Amino acid sequence: MIEHFLPAASSFAHEIDFTFDLIFWLVGFWFLLSEAVFFWLIFRFRKKDGVRGQYITGELKSEKRWITIPHGLVLLCDVVILIFAIQTWYHIKQQLPPADETVRIVGQQWAWSFELPGPDGKLGTADDIRTVDELHVQVNRLYHFKLEARDVVHSFSVPAFRLKQDAMPGRVITGWFKPIQTGTFDIQCTQICGIGHGIMGARLVVETPEQHAAWIAEHSTTSVAAVASPSAGE
Amino acid sequence: MAQSHPAPSHAPHEAHGHHEEMSFWSKYVFSTDHKMIAMQYMVTGMAMGMVAAFFSYVFRMEMAFPNREIPFWGLVTPAQYNALITNHGAIMVFWVAMPVLIAAFGNFLIPLMLGADDMVFPKINRLSYQVFLLSALVLISSWFVPGGGFGGAWTMYPPLSAHSAYSLTPMGSTLFVTAVALEFVAFLLGGINFVTTAMNSRAPGMKMYDVPIVVWFIVIASIMFMASVGPLIAGAIMLLFDQTIGTAFFDPNRGGDPLLWQHLFWFFGHPEVYVVLLPAMGIVADVMATFARKKLFAYKTILYTAFATGVLSFTVWAHHQFVAGIDPRMANIFTVTTLLISVPIAEMCFVYIATLYGGSISLTTPMLWALSFVGEFLIGGVTGIFLGSSGTDIYLHDTYFVLAHFHYTFFPIAIIGTFAGFTYWFPKMSGKMLNETLGKIHFWGTIIPFNGIFLPLFVTGIAGDQRRIYDHNNFPELATPLLQHLREFATISLVVMLLFQVFFFVNVFWSLWKGKKAERNPWKANTLEWVADSPPPHGNFREMPTVYRGPYEYSAPGRTEDYWPQNVPN
Repeated sequence: MIEHFLPAASSFAHEIDFTFDLIFWLVGFWFLLSEAVFFWLIFRFRKKDGVRGQYITGELKSEKRWITIPHGLVLLCDVVILIFAIQTWYHIKQQLPPADETVRIVGQQWAWSFELPGPDGKLGTADDIRTVDELHVQVNRLYHFKLEARDVVHSFSVPAFRLKQDAMPGRVITGWFKPIQTGTFDIQCTQICGIGHGIMGARLVVETPEQHAAWIAEHSTTSVAAVASPSAGE
Repeated sequence: MAQSHPAPSHAPHEAHGHHEEMSFWSKYVFSTDHKMIAMQYMVTGMAMGMVAAFFSYVFRMEMAFPNREIPFWGLVTPAQYNALITNHGAIMVFWVAMPVLIAAFGNFLIPLMLGADDMVFPKINRLSYQVFLLSALVLISSWFVPGGGFGGAWTMYPPLSAHSAYSLTPMGSTLFVTAVALEFVAFLLGGINFVTTAMNSRAPGMKMYDVPIVVWFIVIASIMFMASVGPLIAGAIMLLFDQTIGTAFFDPNRGGDPLLWQHLFWFFGHPEVYVVLLPAMGIVADVMATFARKKLFAYKTILYTAFATGVLSFTVWAHHQFVAGIDPRMANIFTVTTLLISVPIAEMCFVYIATLYGGSISLTTPMLWALSFVGEFLIGGVTGIFLGSSGTDIYLHDTYFVLAHFHYTFFPIAIIGTFAGFTYWFPKMSGKMLNETLGKIHFWGTIIPFNGIFLPLFVTGIAGDQRRIYDHNNFPELATPLLQHLREFATISLVVMLLFQVFFFVNVFWSLWKGKKAERNPWKANTLEWVADSPPPHGNFREMPTVYRGPYEYSAPGRTEDYWPQNVPN
């Protein structure tokens, strides 16, 4: 359902979409069934002259069945949903597959800044590439991110990746993503962070290996020159 | 023999002799009468509701037609936008749902339905309203100080709320937190009163299982409120100290932790949802039983599901924080508890639906509201599953899907529940009947646009539309024509819905002025409030009632009448 609106551009996007659809069909069934019974009862037992209401306490076992059986079935559906929900969560948030590369993401009022390893492939060295409001990554490469916030709580969200993680001042939060589709996608801040919250967007550019290498080559020289490294190991 | 009230020839012991004329001040302002305090809460709550509705009009217009002059407001600046959404949320929860559903209906109904002459602590009751009024005034004043009102969302997450350098509202944020803390004090005072009254002031013969569901639910809600609000009052004071005297409870640079606030807030914030849900569901139960002429299906089951919901609701709070930076393993526990809470809530809905079976349903205005509560709340209930499941919440967190979901729970609670109760008990409160035609126009004019507002927002949420953005043009994926049309549709629906509220006010004022006089028991209902005069005098009952049976003995076999009031011996 989500993929009608947005590309599924990360390795785990399909898993979230699948879980969403599964829940949609399960709860959709219960919803339609309940509403159908509900409206039918209103119609069927509307007030008619000379017909009195029936006296039903609902305390007898034979009557309670009408509640306890659906109750059990709802619980069963809950268990099914739980299994998929936790599995999805486990893959995306709890487990950390080994990284091809690590990037640093910093949120502050009201911009995102990014630090990528330069040609040496290591983060925190002098040749790191720093960008603001634009993150360039390579397709089919597994990235770890180290997410920080300078001032208030922000939230790093890439809808096309189905990725969201709050950035908490005072903490470095590690997570991962793996882009599987090239293109340019939105980065949002999804936690209200002051008057500039509505403009705190950035762009995520997923490139082919060739494009990405060219981009690195182009930016590593200028970036080293521009940013002498006082805050590189901050 | 099946008359609803004992012969009134008994020495009319007219309310403790309080028959003398009271001055305006002692009758309307410093009253200790539970019914007058209920009216004070109702009027204040509805007035605040109109303010919050106006706020929603302004920011919805901004979202549909960004950067244009909005009629009755002008251009919306980002700071104003944030303050509007923040105060809309806070007002609707703390200054509308709480005062109207818990305080107004609780105050009005608990003594009347229990057959008591008043609350057990009338002066604490008066104090409760006074503190509440003060909290509302503090909140209103926060919009007019330099820097403007607080704009960090009703959840007040620090460090944004703690430092004026981040929020740019030095006085607004302090007044906001103060107002919220005062509001909690008011409801602690009220809660003590409700619980004590229900325990001690029941009419002779009224056993615990003879208490109407709405009273039970307000009492359970009060207990839940009192048990959950403590941590947040402490948190609010810590936040005030951080703002004003430079402590660092939530400041990570000096050893504090911003995440602590989120735990304190949601430990209260989630039970709070059920605190306002239960009174609304109680109102719906009573209205449905009356107009379906049916005994409530499995009264005890309803009570037990409410207890279960109450207990479980204390264990689910971190589902608001799945992606907040908590230990990811913790999310699994809270996913389990959150999905578990869907079971008693679903069961409650099933019981309500089952109550309709075998009824003789008349679709009066109160009944339409009550039924629409069930129909709409189901949407809010099932969409909660998407968000309680940690896996899908990664994507849906803080999108319009969340917003649409909780408006499908909160709108039925705060608006539909209120109108159900208001139209049902209006004859008792005022002594006049409301006009049914105007009532039905108002009902349909509210319900249809309500769905027009929030159904499209589910779609924008699924498409990745995030909350609290004043202009979506800054995000290419959100600036598509489809999403913008959906936003416009939602906004137009809102305007239509707000316009239809005119019918409500016309109906109320016209009925008060020229409406048909209400008899004692116009709906032929069983519970004790219908034994009292309409409106009940100070002291409520001409003769204190005695209770012989449960509240929902409708259509009992072997009786000529299809109702059997609680106070009639046989």
